[in-house]
Amino acid sequence: MKILVPVKRVVDYNVKVRVAADGSGVETQGLKMSLNPFDEIAVEEAIRLREKGVATEVVVVTIGVQAAQDILRTSMAMGADRAILVKTDDTLEPRAVANALKAIVEREQPGLVCMGKQAIDDDMNATGQILAAKLGWPQGTFASAVTVADGRIEVSREIDGGTEVVSLALPAVVTADLRLNEPRYASLPNIMKARKKPLETLEAADLGVDLASRLTVVSVAEPAERKEGIKLGNAAELVEKLKTEAKVI
Amino acid sequence: MTALVLLEVENGEVRQASRSALTAAARFGDVDAIVFGEGASAAAALPGVKRVLSVPGLATDLAEPAADLLASIAKDYSHIVASASASGKNILPRLAGLLDVQPIPDVVEIKDAETFVRPIYAGNALATVRSSDAIKILTVRGSSFDPAPKDGGSAPVETLDAPVSEKSVFVKVELSASDRPELEAARVVISGGKGMKDAANFKLLEPIADKLNAAIGASRSAVDSGFAPNEMQVGQTGKIVAPELYIAVGLSGAIQHLAGMKDSRVIVAINTDPEAPIFRVADYGIVGDLFEVLPALEKAL
Repeated sequence: MKILVPVKRVVDYNVKVRVAADGSGVETQGLKMSLNPFDEIAVEEAIRLREKGVATEVVVVTIGVQAAQDILRTSMAMGADRAILVKTDDTLEPRAVANALKAIVEREQPGLVCMGKQAIDDDMNATGQILAAKLGWPQGTFASAVTVADGRIEVSREIDGGTEVVSLALPAVVTADLRLNEPRYASLPNIMKARKKPLETLEAADLGVDLASRLTVVSVAEPAERKEGIKLGNAAELVEKLKTEAKVI
Repeated sequence: MTALVLLEVENGEVRQASRSALTAAARFGDVDAIVFGEGASAAAALPGVKRVLSVPGLATDLAEPAADLLASIAKDYSHIVASASASGKNILPRLAGLLDVQPIPDVVEIKDAETFVRPIYAGNALATVRSSDAIKILTVRGSSFDPAPKDGGSAPVETLDAPVSEKSVFVKVELSASDRPELEAARVVISGGKGMKDAANFKLLEPIADKLNAAIGASRSAVDSGFAPNEMQVGQTGKIVAPELYIAVGLSGAIQHLAGMKDSRVIVAINTDPEAPIFRVADYGIVGDLFEVLPALEKAL
């Protein structure tokens, strides 16, 4: 079975972005960019499934700018076998990304698509579900554990009150949550090896799918700042403040 | 215009976050409600619901049959709304995929019928977006809309047949039993972080939670370290809370944690590190060892 892992290049999770002065978006120029953390977990899970003998090949794909090949190399340094860069300079919405991914799925015919549950830039948490719907495949979102057997995948899902387990017929789409695994670090020899692994580049426009946006960004603003609070000496003072000043208890 | 709101019913009651979604949906006009599984009567009692669509055959809220059913009735609606819960985020984007719509998740403000505000970058920016889709599909943050009252209405109930699901089968669910209020609905939340040191120490939060009728939360690193179960995680990818009082104990205040609680009305931080980012959003801070402060706090309450 082949596993396709869609990945996204995002502003590093440790970097706090600033809103552009003209309110048109956020400043990302010159900021450290990384493989989206949830996608890193998805890459790791796919590699583990290959190591267990469940999968035979792990293919990573990203839809993005030329520079996004760095995260494809990172994924291959972790252990992915090959990569596809679908090149576009436009910022695509999840619906458009799902359309592009569907074209790649039809080309690659994977038995499983494993991807992060959300990208930490637009925080949409939607691409996996939209892709599954468009493919007519079942979905296992917010996965914290997966087991593949007899043409099905059993997915433990993080839900509001605890954990739910579903069994999906393959092919399926699984979206990774934080507790699915702890991704490995790429060793130096593996980083060197990854440079020689195949990376194919396609033009997004050549896929012949609808990449249009349905949302117009009217403005982007800073959230309201909280005002600086005060430090107190002990618990008794705190309780006093909460009762008389904040009037919250 | 008529909106359709997806309501989640738990133990015979419509969840608070769903009642907030109803408030949001009512901004668009008349509201029909849909309930998967049992609980249509609780939905019918909500004031502002015009009609309840009950699907008792879909007790497990699997996304595949739920989205199929919603897609089959979607053309009657201008907006389809759910709370930004695990269930809402599972089902609604799939529905959007079936209808070729771009969904709008985590809405915190409705400007007009097609313009919405939503946080991006872990809440470090607020984007106002306008949708050109004929049907708007959105999930809304419970903390941003007042919950509709529980009773006063008497809407008629219509029963719909559940589509069959073969590709996706429910196996089991494990819910953690707790007498405490739900995290998203609690008036007071007390959360522990990595500084709690181990799972057993989370018990130190309980007597204080008891006194304040608080829900107990956890930071991502506390959950990752196995101190607390995943459903307790507050943050960008966990629960988003905005209680009257949020007490952060032994947690540093990483960006992704602040994203889940910084809209709380009053924030208290207890941490040994005076430079911890949590103090920058806290109204009241105590720099000190939580193992000394917590017992003292319990006594002072």
